Amino acid sequence: MKVVAAIVLSSLLIAAGIVLRPLIATEIPASERRSGYTFMSPDTKAMQDDDTTNPGMLGVIEGEALWNRKGGSADKSCADCHHDAKVSMKGVAARYPSYDKVLGGPVNLEQRINLCRARHQQADPLPYEKHDLLALTTYVAEQSRGMPITPDPTPELQPFVAKGRDLFMHRQGQLNLACTNCHDDNWDKHLASSAVTQGMPNGYPIYRLDWQSLGSLQRRLRNCITGVRAQNYDYGAPELVELELYLMSRARGMPLETPAVRP
Amino acid sequence: MARSAIPVVGGCFALALLALPRLAGGEELKSYSVTGDAIVESLTGEAGDAARGRKLVVDRANTCILCHSGPFPEDKFQGDLAPNLSGVGNRWSVGQLRLRLVDASRLNPGTIMPSYYRVDGLDRVAKAWSGKPILSARQIEDIVAYLATLRD
Ligand code: HEC
Ligand code: HEC
Repeated sequence: MKVVAAIVLSSLLIAAGIVLRPLIATEIPASERRSGYTFMSPDTKAMQDDDTTNPGMLGVIEGEALWNRKGGSADKSCADCHHDAKVSMKGVAARYPSYDKVLGGPVNLEQRINLCRARHQQADPLPYEKHDLLALTTYVAEQSRGMPITPDPTPELQPFVAKGRDLFMHRQGQLNLACTNCHDDNWDKHLASSAVTQGMPNGYPIYRLDWQSLGSLQRRLRNCITGVRAQNYDYGAPELVELELYLMSRARGMPLETPAVRP
Repeated sequence: MARSAIPVVGGCFALALLALPRLAGGEELKSYSVTGDAIVESLTGEAGDAARGRKLVVDRANTCILCHSGPFPEDKFQGDLAPNLSGVGNRWSVGQLRLRLVDASRLNPGTIMPSYYRVDGLDRVAKAWSGKPILSARQIEDIVAYLATLRD
């Protein structure tokens, strides 16, 4: 009889839409937030910590040269407007993606660099994920190394953060997994031999040993989206920028590590 | 024999006969019936091949060992997102194993284990995979046959 009662009860729970385990994932409390760095082996940590061995530093050096190079029909360099990046770019990457009034929406750091090229240098956009844009982005972001992430508080930006959060929580792809399933609920575990980290955006662009190159946050997001066998988004797609925004809000207060090294 | 961490809500699915959607290739997902928390009958009508099943499980492309570990000494890269598969043949009957592979979300809607034989209710599936189940009916039967041999 007990079994029958249990069956009836579970049918009722299901009918009422009540399930026996919470479906809503829990976000990581600020006190437990951990950089991807803390999951790495001592060797990989040492490689990131020492500027002479950190392969991402090459991007910083090349980015500095590009910062000073004149270009476009305006024949201006970044430095002509912004002068010393060590001063003018300090803290900038810590609050990106940021609100662009003209576009009425968020732009990430790569997009801001290309907007400056279009608006102030009258130059063509640099292609995503190619060397020049990665190097310039890395150079700009490195000026905020060690500074806490402080998301852009513009009220108009908040609906975009919310969209990014919805995306993060939404199951997708043939494997039917959401970002939150791994990065909120299972970050102390392993997928095959890779540590499932908290999915923090605080080191980008990174030098990833697996890629043997520098790569952007969007490249990493596209890898995870491919992993769950979902349709991908193009570089620069609004959805990826919204995810970036949510990831940065989720990482509020964490120090920026650019150029980080990841396995 | 439910593990306490997994709320088994099986009874309510008793004998629900499913009408399943058509696949892209015109081929249909084989229909099956769920009894309690099991699919009692083979999806192909035949018994699977345990040796083939083992090969499928340790092949990373089929994703099992990204999450599960098990008695696979040749493989160094096994995940720990899911229970170890050792002894799983003692814990579950063949029919229970079959439903857990076909559609684990029927037993635990919050599970991260993908539904290996389902094409509906998924969002934004990449073109290469769209309309196809992760595994074929025959592959499911082979894996079920293998898992049933995993006795402590
Ligand atoms: C099935 C598990 C899984 C899912 C689902 C998943 N990821 Fe990941 N993700 C990983 C693993 C594993 C890594 C770490 C790889 C490494 O660095 O070795 C990772 C890395 C990351 C990183 C880089 C962290 C760092 O420290 O550099 C970010 C950011 C990230 N994921 C975001 C996402 C987003 C956004 C989604 C959803 C669109 C997502 N992930 C879905 C497993 C997953
Ligand atoms: C993304 C993670 C993931 C993948 C991939 C995955 N599983 Fe699972 N599996 C789980 C989890 C988590 C459970 C625990 C039950 C639950 O969450 O409902 C589970 C439970 C099981 C069980 C019951 C285990 C027990 O001890 O009770 C079996 C059998 C099983 N999985 C087999 C497989 C096979 C075979 C494959 C590949 C074809 C596979 N799983 C792929 C996550 C996964």
